[in-house]
Amino acid sequence: MDPSRYFDLPLWLRLCLQSGAVIAVLFPMAAACSMAERKISAWIQGRPGPNRTMPPFLAWIPIFAPIMQKLGLFQLAADGGKFVFKEDPIPGHVNKLYFVLAPILSMIPALTTIAVVPFGAYFNQAGELVPVILANVDVGLLAVFAVSSLGVYSIILAGWASNSKYPFLGGVRASAQLISYELSMTLSVLPVFLWVNAPGGNGTLSLFDVVQSQSQPGLWGGMWFVFLMPLSAFVFLVALFAETNRQPFDMPESESDLVGGFHTEYGAFKWSLFFVAEYCHMIVGSAVFVLLFLGGWNPLPWMPLSSVANWLGWVDHPALLGALAIVLFMGKVVFFIFFFMWVRWTLPRFRYDQVMKIGWQKLLPLSIGNLVFYAIAIAVLERR
Amino acid sequence: MSVIQVERKPLSFLERTYLPQIVSGLTTTLKHMLAPNVTLEYPEQRPEISKDYRGVPTLVKDPNGREKCVSCQLCEFVCPPKAIRITPCEIPEDSPDAHVERAPKTFDIDMLRCIYCGLCQEVCPEEAIWLQKQYSMVGFTRAEMVNDKERLYELGGTLPDDHFKWDKKKAAEEAAAHGGLH
Repeated sequence: MDPSRYFDLPLWLRLCLQSGAVIAVLFPMAAACSMAERKISAWIQGRPGPNRTMPPFLAWIPIFAPIMQKLGLFQLAADGGKFVFKEDPIPGHVNKLYFVLAPILSMIPALTTIAVVPFGAYFNQAGELVPVILANVDVGLLAVFAVSSLGVYSIILAGWASNSKYPFLGGVRASAQLISYELSMTLSVLPVFLWVNAPGGNGTLSLFDVVQSQSQPGLWGGMWFVFLMPLSAFVFLVALFAETNRQPFDMPESESDLVGGFHTEYGAFKWSLFFVAEYCHMIVGSAVFVLLFLGGWNPLPWMPLSSVANWLGWVDHPALLGALAIVLFMGKVVFFIFFFMWVRWTLPRFRYDQVMKIGWQKLLPLSIGNLVFYAIAIAVLERR
Repeated sequence: MSVIQVERKPLSFLERTYLPQIVSGLTTTLKHMLAPNVTLEYPEQRPEISKDYRGVPTLVKDPNGREKCVSCQLCEFVCPPKAIRITPCEIPEDSPDAHVERAPKTFDIDMLRCIYCGLCQEVCPEEAIWLQKQYSMVGFTRAEMVNDKERLYELGGTLPDDHFKWDKKKAAEEAAAHGGLH
C-alpha cells in the first residue's frame, strides 16, 4: 500500500490517529526514560545496570530476547506491572480528594503541551513545507509555557494534600523555584522571537516558524540559534533543568533533605504517574530546546531538511520525508534526554539558597542583559 | 606556630561561573561511562579466592584416603559458638586403620552457628579440619544448614600430608616388636 494514501483519510480521523500515536509514543517513552536513567547511572558508575529480568516464555527467541534483557526492558515492564498491581496506599492523614487528584493533574499538562510541538515536516501537494504537529497554532511557545507551568500545581497540591512536613516543604520549594526560573526562561527566548518576527510580517510564536527561520539559505539564515544566541540557549537550558525539577535543581524532591519531597506519602501507581509526568516534561522541554536553538529536524546547520529532500528525491513522498524528519528530530531530543541524565549523575544538588541566588541574582540579570543586547543588535541590523 | 594561615586565592571569573568545572565533571562521567564495567556478575562469574581464605570448615582425608580426624573433640571444646558436635567411636580391630587412635562416628557443624573464626583448624592436632575456599553456604531449612560428616568430607576432599603420623607410629611399633630390645 502506498503510504501517501494516508492523506486521503478525513482530517478528524487523521487527527485522532495522530493524537493516539503521539500518546502511544510519548507515554512509553517517558516510562522508558526511567529505565534509561537507571542504565545511564549504572554505566557512569561502572555497573551494568538491570540486565537479568527475562520472562521465561520469551527466553527462546534468539537475538531479540538477550538484547532486551541486557537493556533491562523486561525489567521496565516488570516495574510497570508492579506499579499497577501493588497495593495503593492512601495514608489516613491526607486530604483524600486532592491527594488522588494531584498525580492525575500532573499528567494533564505533561501530555497537553505535546500538542503544539511539531515533530517533523514534509512537503504537501502544493510544495509547501508543513509541520507534523497536532495543533499548528500561532501561539505555540506561549501555549507550551502556559500549560507546562501548570505542572507545578500538581506538585504543590501533592505537597499540601499530603498533610505532612516534608511534602509541604517540597511543594513550597517547587512553587518558589518555578516562579524564579520561569522569568529567566521566558526572557531568554524573547531574542529568538525578536529575530524570527521581522517587522512588517505576521507576528508568530509558532515553533514551526522558528525552525523555518533556521532553515533559510545563506550564512545567517541557515544558522541555528544556538550559534547566534548562545547565552539565550544557555539560560534557557539552565532554566529548563530547574523547570523540570531535574538535578541539580530537584529541590521539590531532594531525597537527602526532604525524605522524598512532595511524593513522600505516595506509592504505587500514583507515585509512578508523577515520574511519568516529570519525564514527559523533560521530553517536551528537550523538544522545545531543539526546536528553538538546534534547528528542529534540520540534520545539520546550514543544511535544512528541504535540501536533503531534494537530494534524496523525497519531495513527493510526504510519508517518507515526514518519517525522516521525525527521526532526525527525535534523535536530537533523545540526545537531550541523555544530557539531562548525564548532568544528573555528574552534578551534586544545589542548596536551596543557592538555587534562589542563581535564579534571581545570576540568571535573571543575565537574561535581561541578553534581551537588551539582542534588541539593540537586531534594531541596528534591521535598520541597515 | 603549628597553624599555618594559607592565603586563599580569589576565584577567577571562569571559576565563579562554575562552567569549566561542570564541563570537566561531565568529561569525567563520560569517561567512566565508556570504560568497562567493574561489576562481577556473581553467579556466572566467581571471585578469585585466595589460598588463605577462611571459608566453610571442612574435614579432610590424607592421601591414603584415611580420615584424619581422631575425634579428640578439641575443636568441639574450643568452638566459641558451640557449632561442632562430635560423637567419637572406636575403630574396629580388623580395620586397616586399627592403629589409629579413634574416629568420629558423627561429626556435625552447624553453619547457622559457625562464626568462621578458624579456632577449630588452629587447635586440631591432626590437621584434620580446614577452613577452605567454600564461601557460599545456603539452604532452605535449618537442617540443611548442618553439615554432617559425609558432607564435610565431600567439601574437604584430600589434602597433602607431611607427617603420616599414625603410619610412622605403627612402623616404629612394628620395628620395635621385631628387632626390639625385649
